[in-house]
Amino acid sequence: MAQVSMTVNGKVRKRNVDPRVLLVHFLREELRLTGTHIGCDTSQCGACTVLIDGRSAKSCTIFAVQADGSAITTIEGLAPDGQLHPLQEGFWEEHGLQCGYCTPGMIMAAVTLLQDNPKPSEREIREGISGNFCRCTGYQHIVNAIQYAANKR
Amino acid sequence: MTKLETQELDRDSRAPYREVGRSVPRLEGAAKVTGSAEYIHNLRVPGMLHGKICRSSVAHGRIVGIDSSAALAIEGVHAVITIDEVLTLVANPYYGPAFHDQPILAHGKVRHVGEPVAVVLAADPHVAEEASNLVEIAYEPIEAVFDEVAAARPGAPVIHDVLKPAGMFTDLKYLQGRSGTNVALDARVRRGDVVRGFAESDRIFEHTFRSGKVMHAAFEPIVSVAEMNGHDELTIHSATQSPSFVRSEISRLLGWPENRVRVRTAFLGGGFGAKLYIKLEALVAVCALIVRKPVRIALTMDEQFYTITKHGATVRIKTGVKNDGRMIARQVETFWNGGAYADIGPRVTQKSGFTAAGPYDIEHVALDNFAVYTNEPPAGALRGFGISQVSWAYERQADIIARTLGIDPLDFRRRNILREGRPHVTGTRISNLEIPGVLDLLSDRMEWDRPFDRGTGTIRRGRGLALGLKACISPTTSVAIVHVYGDGSCAVHCGTVDMGQGSDTVMAQVAGEVLGIRAESVQVLHPDTSSTPYDMGTLGSRSTFHMGHAVRMAALSVRAQLLEIAGRAFGVDPTDLACCDAAVVCGDGRRLTLRELMLERFAMQAGNVVGVGSYAPSYEKANPETGQSPDITPFWMLGGAGAEIAVDMETGRINVTKLVNVADVGRAINPSIVERQLIGAAIMQAGFTLFEEMILIDGQVLNASLADYKIPGFLDLPEDLSAAYVEIPHENGPFGAKGVGETGVFSPAPAIANALYDAIGVVVTDLPLTPERVLRAIRKAEGRPMEDD
Repeated sequence: MAQVSMTVNGKVRKRNVDPRVLLVHFLREELRLTGTHIGCDTSQCGACTVLIDGRSAKSCTIFAVQADGSAITTIEGLAPDGQLHPLQEGFWEEHGLQCGYCTPGMIMAAVTLLQDNPKPSEREIREGISGNFCRCTGYQHIVNAIQYAANKR
Repeated sequence: MTKLETQELDRDSRAPYREVGRSVPRLEGAAKVTGSAEYIHNLRVPGMLHGKICRSSVAHGRIVGIDSSAALAIEGVHAVITIDEVLTLVANPYYGPAFHDQPILAHGKVRHVGEPVAVVLAADPHVAEEASNLVEIAYEPIEAVFDEVAAARPGAPVIHDVLKPAGMFTDLKYLQGRSGTNVALDARVRRGDVVRGFAESDRIFEHTFRSGKVMHAAFEPIVSVAEMNGHDELTIHSATQSPSFVRSEISRLLGWPENRVRVRTAFLGGGFGAKLYIKLEALVAVCALIVRKPVRIALTMDEQFYTITKHGATVRIKTGVKNDGRMIARQVETFWNGGAYADIGPRVTQKSGFTAAGPYDIEHVALDNFAVYTNEPPAGALRGFGISQVSWAYERQADIIARTLGIDPLDFRRRNILREGRPHVTGTRISNLEIPGVLDLLSDRMEWDRPFDRGTGTIRRGRGLALGLKACISPTTSVAIVHVYGDGSCAVHCGTVDMGQGSDTVMAQVAGEVLGIRAESVQVLHPDTSSTPYDMGTLGSRSTFHMGHAVRMAALSVRAQLLEIAGRAFGVDPTDLACCDAAVVCGDGRRLTLRELMLERFAMQAGNVVGVGSYAPSYEKANPETGQSPDITPFWMLGGAGAEIAVDMETGRINVTKLVNVADVGRAINPSIVERQLIGAAIMQAGFTLFEEMILIDGQVLNASLADYKIPGFLDLPEDLSAAYVEIPHENGPFGAKGVGETGVFSPAPAIANALYDAIGVVVTDLPLTPERVLRAIRKAEGRPMEDD
């Protein structure tokens, strides 16, 4: 077992974990932050995307011990005061979701996209978020949802 | 029809509606964007064990030994369960919606690679996984068969010694017990005299089209958790599309009454047919009963490739036409690769099989459909129930015929489509189906009359269109309950599973419309067989029509009771009152809110006003010899697609630049959701058309992960992607609505291939249209085939 300490959604979390535990398992099982989802197990789908030190990353690609000392933001930490983040609003308003399973990861990936490029074109959105998959929506309205958030900021 | 219903139907026809036709944002939107939506995959139960399945490594074999000792020696392993332990609890451990052919764990033999043979249980899922690799299973291989045509031939290795029909669903009652064959069902349709039809034809076209195996890839894994309640009750939490069926089947297996088995679900992270009938529920149930602890099993994505797939299919299609472009004879033989267990394959075979002549008015037709067992992973329902496999054949061939006769493909279809009132090949008349309207809208969206530049160099362009017809499943039942609580708030109890299609929102709109309240204020409870009434299943685009109807009936009953209460209070006849703005209003301006009505009735904030509605449309089963029935479906569905593509002559790569999907939806209860269903379905089908394919060798899936099995991503999106629909209210639909969840998958594949044909004239008969297949076809057409062709 190894001790890890990280700041998750603004709170310091210390735990003893098995070295083989992935960050996504740590968040879901240890901290019960189940808004971060597991889809494909092979780092393709992006349902487990979170922010690690402010940058989006698939939390199934790293071990919890590798995130020691990091600041993590999950979907639960995106709207701490209860006010929806513009991206959260966009995904709801623009019907940018269906089953909703990929949505938290999609939103977290889009946070970094908009940080890097506050006014992205449609093509830039498609490219910027192409590491995340969705099986339901056909993507078009996810693009619209991100544009909605970009216009709102 | 009861008098009340007739009267209320008249009232319903008083458009405009307030809730129906409004693009209500999804009720669960806030939960889904904040990560608080409930999925069964998130559920943990105190004291729970995790199960990891040990799977067969051979496609067909007798099990000669299972050695669990090394696994049991691992610290933390609670038990290893095999069929021997299952048999102590369930004497006849076989399940299935069509045939009772699938054992809870392999029983004496295995029939496909990946078949569950044993389960390791441990409190730590990593321990269970590690130990599962240590269970030694020895097999004596048996000759296997993988190809559906070969498996159907006499003399092929027989996969099931005896077939026992399940006998549960009315539409599958015709299945017969059989032995000595892999053909689970041959479903036929006969109309006219096909021999005479070919004799009278000017031209005859014959082709064989194939669709490969693909899979659902819903992102929430297939997952179930079972726990005992008290001494002799069982709760199963499952990511299932069919909680009522799960309850019936588990009860039957255990020999328990249904009231001791509770099945509940939550939001599903996608379903697409993968989560129907029994998947893990029987296994977690017996494990929990054996170890007397809660048990959870969740599949990984790679395990799902071995659990349920779409049917691969071989379609032989022969069509006779007159020189004026009228089709007069069609013979179709379809072999459906059902894999090792029938699941719902016989229904796919029969229901899609009888539409294999397409949406066309053809005098002489013979359709033969074979549900075939093979030693591949089981195939079942996947969005469209087999329609896209047969439309791939009839719509691809349509363009070949049209070009040969020198007729525009749109014009060719116009000359042949079924018109309102004409008999479909099954004998059921086409009604409430707007085929000409869909074609017109498609033509309009594709700007079919404008000149089209096909290019000359390396990049060539083409455009194509296609149609697809489906008959909604029948007969099925939905029951719903609508409550008004003591404070006047309203809840719908129904068994429809919201797996992303937006059914919660739509049911709230239906109830809201009837009761004069905002959809946003209606609570829709999620399926729990201990509190929500029966529903056949969330499948086949049936929910809006069937459950929508049941919810509407339940709400009408509530409304009648509310009007009665108000009528007494106002001293007027209830027929002079109306529900509007969360109140009952009288012509003279007096009004009572729902809350006030409840106070009026119960004298304090108390009580319930409850309405129950149920709906089961009429049905007449088809004659097994001829497939003829006057009433085979409650509603017809029609989808049309148009595609523009660019193809690279040097690489064979197709770039879909425009994709339009058009549907007849009856009435769109929620226009935004309808549009997104069509677009989502179109992109899923575009994946199946262009690159998705399970690569199987000797029953092993070589690409069983999303790393190797590519699904469409953002970069695969056509530049121009849109959906449109025609709204001609269906006379039996709730507010005229029909189902739409599958419609968008019916026709994109042939539309894209027809565009390829339009661009460069090559015929690719097998899906998907990978660059390799296209390039091989190009090279063959150029007279310089690839060396290994």
